[in-house]
Amino acid sequence: MILRYTFFRLLMLIPVSFSISVVIFMIVYLLPGDPIDNLLRVGSSAEDRAELVARYGLDRNLVVQYFVWIGNMFQGEFGQAIVLRRPVADLVAQNLPYSLTLGGLAFLFSSVVGMTLGTLSAIVRNPVLDRFMRGFILLGSTVPGFWLALLLILFFSVNLGWFPVSGAGGWDALVLPVLTIGFGGVALVARVTRVALLDAQREDFVTLLHAKGLSSGTILFRHLMPHALLPVVTILALRIGWILGGAVTVEFVFGRPGLGSLLIRALGQRDYPVVQACLLMLALAVMLGTLIGDVAQAAMDPRIREKKS
Amino acid sequence: MLNVRDLGVAFGVVQPLSGVSFSVSQGETLGIVGESGSGKSLTAMSVMGLLPLIGGRITDGSIEFDGADITALPERAYRKLRGGKIGLITQNPMTSLDPLKKIGPQVDDVAKLHLGLSNADARARTIDILGTLRIPEPALICDRYPHQMSGGMKQRIVIAMALAADPDLLIADEPTTALDVTVQAQIIRLLDDLVKERNLALVLITHDMSVVAQTCDKIVVMYAGRAVEQGPVEEIFDRPRHPYTQALIACIPRGLDDATRLTGIAGTVPTVLNYPKGCPFHPRCPKAEAICATDAPDFSVVGESAAACHFAEVAHAEPA
Repeated sequence: MILRYTFFRLLMLIPVSFSISVVIFMIVYLLPGDPIDNLLRVGSSAEDRAELVARYGLDRNLVVQYFVWIGNMFQGEFGQAIVLRRPVADLVAQNLPYSLTLGGLAFLFSSVVGMTLGTLSAIVRNPVLDRFMRGFILLGSTVPGFWLALLLILFFSVNLGWFPVSGAGGWDALVLPVLTIGFGGVALVARVTRVALLDAQREDFVTLLHAKGLSSGTILFRHLMPHALLPVVTILALRIGWILGGAVTVEFVFGRPGLGSLLIRALGQRDYPVVQACLLMLALAVMLGTLIGDVAQAAMDPRIREKKS
Repeated sequence: MLNVRDLGVAFGVVQPLSGVSFSVSQGETLGIVGESGSGKSLTAMSVMGLLPLIGGRITDGSIEFDGADITALPERAYRKLRGGKIGLITQNPMTSLDPLKKIGPQVDDVAKLHLGLSNADARARTIDILGTLRIPEPALICDRYPHQMSGGMKQRIVIAMALAADPDLLIADEPTTALDVTVQAQIIRLLDDLVKERNLALVLITHDMSVVAQTCDKIVVMYAGRAVEQGPVEEIFDRPRHPYTQALIACIPRGLDDATRLTGIAGTVPTVLNYPKGCPFHPRCPKAEAICATDAPDFSVVGESAAACHFAEVAHAEPA
C-alpha cells in the first residue's frame, strides 16, 4: 500500500520537475543584464561581444538553449560557469557539503529540541513554564537570523572566546551557525507540537483510552504522539528544502561557504549556468522534502493512505 | 454493585451537579434520562473517575463500588477499575476509536492490561468477543482501521472494548444517539442481552424515554444537574409525579396517526451559569406556583418512587 503510494507520488514528480526546470531556465533570462557584460573588458567592441555570446551559445533560440541545457543536465553535465570559469559541478560539489552539514544539523537540532519543548509545554500545566514557552516561541519566530548571529558572535566568540568568530574550519565553527538557524526552527516545531498535542488531547477517543484503564504515559506516547506528529512531520518536511538554501544570511555573517552564498554571488554576476544549477538543486530539495513528508504522513495515517492512492 | 449517594460535582466555583443518588445491582439496568446539559454524562464521568480529565472534581457525596468508596481512590488503583471492573461505552462511535490504530490492538489492550494476557491470547479473546457481538468475520475486522467501518460496527467494537476484561458494571453514555434508527434498536437489544447473559449491572444514559421504557428496571430523571424523580420504571411511567417527567413521557411519539402532533417542552434547559432559584424546572413548568420560584423542593417519597416537586403527593393523588 505505502509502496504503491510512494510510486505514484514519484511519478507525479516528473511533470512537476519539468515545469520547474522551464521556470528556472526562463527566469534568469528575464533578469536585466547578462554574464557577458561581466566578462567584457572596458572598451570592447560589439564584435568581441558577439563572439563571446556565440561561444556560450547564448545567441541560439531560447527553446533550443533550453533543450541543450536540460539534455546536458540529464547526462550529469552542469556546464561551465561563465564568469567563475570553472565547471558548475565543481562549484556545487565544493559548496554543497557545507550547506548539508549546517542545514542538517540545524534541522536535527530544531526537530529534537522543538518536539521536546513542545511536548513539555503541552503536558506540564505550569503557568510560569507556559508563559516562558510562549515568550520563547514568539522570540524564536520573530528574531531575524543575522541579528541573532551577531549577538551570539559578540557574546560567545568575542566576550567568552568559546567559538570562532567566523569561518568553516572545525566542528566548533558549526555551533553558533547551527544555534542561529535552529533557534527559529525550535520555536516553530515547539509551537506546532504543542498545539497538535493539545488538540489530540481533546479528541473523543482519549476519554475512551482512559476508560480502558491505560496510564497517562501510555496514552501520551502510544496514542497522542502519533497524532501530534502528523502536523509536525508536515512542517519539518517543508523545512528540508531549507536545509540547502535557507541559510544565506547566516552563511554571510559567519563567512561560511555554501549553496546559498554561491547562488547569491552567481545571481549578482548573472552567471546563468550556476544560478540555474543552484535553483534546480533547491527546487529538488523542496520537492524531495514534500515527498518525504507526504509519504511519512501516509505511513502514519491509514486515512490518508486510502484517500490518495 | 454501584451505589451513588448525594453526588455533587464542581468545576471551579460552578456546581453543575448536586444531590444525585442512585444504585444498581447485578443483572439490573438503570436508566438516567434528561435533556442535554442535565448532568447525565457528568454522572458517568464521576463514576469512571475521569472528572479531573475535564477539569472537574467531586465535592460531595460518595460513590460506592463493590462495597468500597471509590471517590478518593488513588489514580493507580482507579485504573484497575476502569476497563477492568467498569466498562464505558461512549456517545459517538465515529470518534471514539483511535483512527491511526487497527481495531484488533485497540481491543486487545484491555485484556492485556487487566487480565495479563499475552498478545496471542488477547487476540483470541478479542476475536471471540467480537463474534459474540455478532460482528461478521471478527478475525478480518481486527486488521481493519476504524474509518473502514460503519457507525454501528464501531459501536460494537467500543462495546467489545468495554467487555474485554469481563467487567461487573457497564456505563453506556448515550450509546445510540449517533446511530441510524435501525442500528439503534440492534445496539439496545445487544446491551439488553449482555445484561442478562453476563449478569451485568448497566447504567444506561439516554434522552430517549422509549429506550428506557423498553430496557430499564429503574430510572433516574435528571434536570439541571439534579435528580428530579426516580423509581422503578413501571411506577414512573404509570404515575409520573414530577411535571418534567410527565412532559418527557408526553414527548414520546405514539402511533402514526397524522392527527397526533409531536409535543415538546417549551423553553430550554438552563446552563450551569443560570440555574434558576427554587425548583430548577419552574420557569418551564406548567404547574408552577409561587413557592416553586423561591424554595427548592426536597425529595418526597411516595410509594416506591420519589420526586423532587412541591406537589408530588398531589400529582400522585390524581395521576396524569
